[in-house]
Amino acid sequence: MKLGGNPLRDTQDRRLPQIAGPCGLVLFGVTGDLSRRKLIPSIYDLANRGLLPPGFALVGFARHDFGRRGFAEFAKQAAKDGARTEWRESVWKQLYAGVRFVEGSFDDDAAWKRLHETLGELDRTQGTQGNHAFYLSIPPGLFPLVVSKLKEHELAAPTEEHPGAWRRVVIEKPFGHDLASARELNRIVDEVFPPESVFRIDHYLGKETVQNVLAFRFANQLFEPVWNANYVDHVQITMAEDIGIGTRAGYYDGIGAARDVIQNHLLQLMALVAMEEPVSFDAKSLRIEKQKILANARPAPRLDLHTAHAQYVAGWAGGEEVQGYLDEEGIPADSHTETFAAIRVDIGTRRWAGVPFYLRVGKRLGRRVTEVAVVFKRAPHLPFSSDDVEELGENALVLRIQPDEGVTLRFGAKVPGTVMEIRDVNMDFAYGGTFVEDSPEAYERLILDVLLGDPPLFPQHDEVELSWQILDPVIEHWARQKTIDTYPAGTWGPASADEMMARDGRRWRRP
Amino acid sequence: MQITLEHTNASQIARALVRARKASGSPAMDMVLTLIVVCDDETVTEALHAATILSKEHPARVIGVILGSGSGQADLHAKIRVGSETSGESVLLRLSGRLVKHAESAVLPLLLPDSPVVVWWPGQAPTDPSADAMGALANRRLTDAEAAAQPVRHLRAVARHYSPGDTDLSWTRLTPWRALLAAALDQVRSPVTGGLIEAGTGNPAGVLLEAWLEDRLGVPIRWRKVDAEKIRRVVLETEAGDVTIERGANGSAAFSVPGAGQRTVPLPTRTLAELLAEDLRRLDADAIYAATIKHLLASS
Repeated sequence: MKLGGNPLRDTQDRRLPQIAGPCGLVLFGVTGDLSRRKLIPSIYDLANRGLLPPGFALVGFARHDFGRRGFAEFAKQAAKDGARTEWRESVWKQLYAGVRFVEGSFDDDAAWKRLHETLGELDRTQGTQGNHAFYLSIPPGLFPLVVSKLKEHELAAPTEEHPGAWRRVVIEKPFGHDLASARELNRIVDEVFPPESVFRIDHYLGKETVQNVLAFRFANQLFEPVWNANYVDHVQITMAEDIGIGTRAGYYDGIGAARDVIQNHLLQLMALVAMEEPVSFDAKSLRIEKQKILANARPAPRLDLHTAHAQYVAGWAGGEEVQGYLDEEGIPADSHTETFAAIRVDIGTRRWAGVPFYLRVGKRLGRRVTEVAVVFKRAPHLPFSSDDVEELGENALVLRIQPDEGVTLRFGAKVPGTVMEIRDVNMDFAYGGTFVEDSPEAYERLILDVLLGDPPLFPQHDEVELSWQILDPVIEHWARQKTIDTYPAGTWGPASADEMMARDGRRWRRP
Repeated sequence: MQITLEHTNASQIARALVRARKASGSPAMDMVLTLIVVCDDETVTEALHAATILSKEHPARVIGVILGSGSGQADLHAKIRVGSETSGESVLLRLSGRLVKHAESAVLPLLLPDSPVVVWWPGQAPTDPSADAMGALANRRLTDAEAAAQPVRHLRAVARHYSPGDTDLSWTRLTPWRALLAAALDQVRSPVTGGLIEAGTGNPAGVLLEAWLEDRLGVPIRWRKVDAEKIRRVVLETEAGDVTIERGANGSAAFSVPGAGQRTVPLPTRTLAELLAEDLRRLDADAIYAATIKHLLASS
């Protein structure tokens, strides 16, 4: 079947890469950490893989007196440092032809006018045909200003010369800091851009990962029959980082672990693991199923018993002595921001009633890992003596998200020998040793999806608001506390988190 | 870990594989396919090097088969390597004597259970790959017309015996060209009225490109013979003007479409390992390749 009216494209031709059509990308906050470490290198990698359209344009917008040359130099260095593919001067040269820089601050109307002119010039010289994406790599507090300026300077809609062109906007998490602010942000963005032009990006949750989870759950007959309250005891979703907050004090303090990660990342993972089978794998059907889960999910009724929040204090992490959160540069001494958060979420559906989902996230924990562990009930009857099965735990199926993406199945096996002794063993699957080397990095795929206009797996504003509805009561509860727990850096979190599990007769896995 | 076996048989090799795997702590448990490389002393080094790089993306049991002289006593030597520098396992078989005619019997017991088998002839391939005893073991058969003495002739011969699962590496080499041409027509929405390929004669990738374009576009494509090893230039004539892509230096190409200035785009020459990696990403039949060679055979 021919694709999109192009006789050379065919749905059956799976060798041909999808190349974005003519377009440009405008980066706001281009001198920031994210843009330097991730975005610019990803753009280079995409170009190197031949996935960017000929004549692609990259416009930087920042308060900096770079000039075009200086910016190009900066971008080149960033690309060289961060690129995952081989460095080719010729690829950079091609990109360079489309590189522009607009100097100015976000409240400077003259700068916005210059941006408008720059895009027009690119349409003429680079053939971008009026298609432009705006990447807001800036503090969330500035979103409303930038979005409204985009509208004011007629950047948010196609120009007269290119009436069929598209304009898209990319927003990074966090999407607001509570339900009210998320609604306000959504209102502002929706006023300016139609919903299909808004890309809310959670870079933790790459498309590859989402698709892996979907394939695992719905392409197999083996797991679905046990994927419910009849067999599952509980689910643990963990995202642990071994690093501290580093240089992100300004962003992190006042936001905290729950808003930073649970609201978007962990609740999205939970929805993917818990949802019913979508009728198809298009964006809409997937969203419908995820929304059902999020709409039926509630934090445990006793927030004092089933949540935990804490800050790390100085300690030894991975063989290095590290400072506590309050000693980090730029953190006020009386900060109550949590760097560890754990909550229990109950999902009121037939499939999951009575199966708690435990979500935890933290910085300066034992090691860097993200995983979803589905822990099964014990066998109802064990025809062995209690000595034989002393070391037999619960069966578990672990979806390892990162690092080393894969699946682990934990089950009991007899220890070889004449004595009947049963112990837990692991069966491991990894998505190919260094397979990832050739598969595009999360950001590459995100950027490419934006340029292709392929939004499937990005959450839309309903999902964002539903997630805040789950989290808001927890955050309000924590805000009323006078004190916050602590945990030594490099450990697996505070005692209160263990107690919260113990109350339910369970314990955290050591991931 | 490396084990060398002389005057051996397949079951001893299979046992040695298990031993090697245990000794290296089972590094190769998630192999996804068996790759058989049928080669001779000349091609073996380069081919196995490519297969080793490849097994990083597709962890595989690589079975190199060197067919020695067919006369004399049947004999089999094997070299087994597990763990070090490869993600999978590799076995190099050296066959001689009457065994050469029954090489598949030494390979069959070594195939991974239940997973796909790919056979690749880095040198001269049989003209009917799926009827070949070794080819019959596989779901995917990779030939390389460029390695043949008369590449285009060989390509046609193999095409005549096409069976789903066959592809030629010259088709794989063509993908960057096809991607650029498709990208060009993404931008130019105007019917194509004709076209031109500049390449040396005897270039199998060029022949496939011509057939593909004619098949997809339904217009005749002219061929201008130039003194070049690779495809040098492709022009598509449209009602809006010409699309031209011309190979430049350093893995780039000049790309021009009506209504926009000339631009430089990447057109890298890929390594053997990269080509194989592309091929192994899909293990089902390539319908577009089938349609292309069908057109190729019909038009001559």
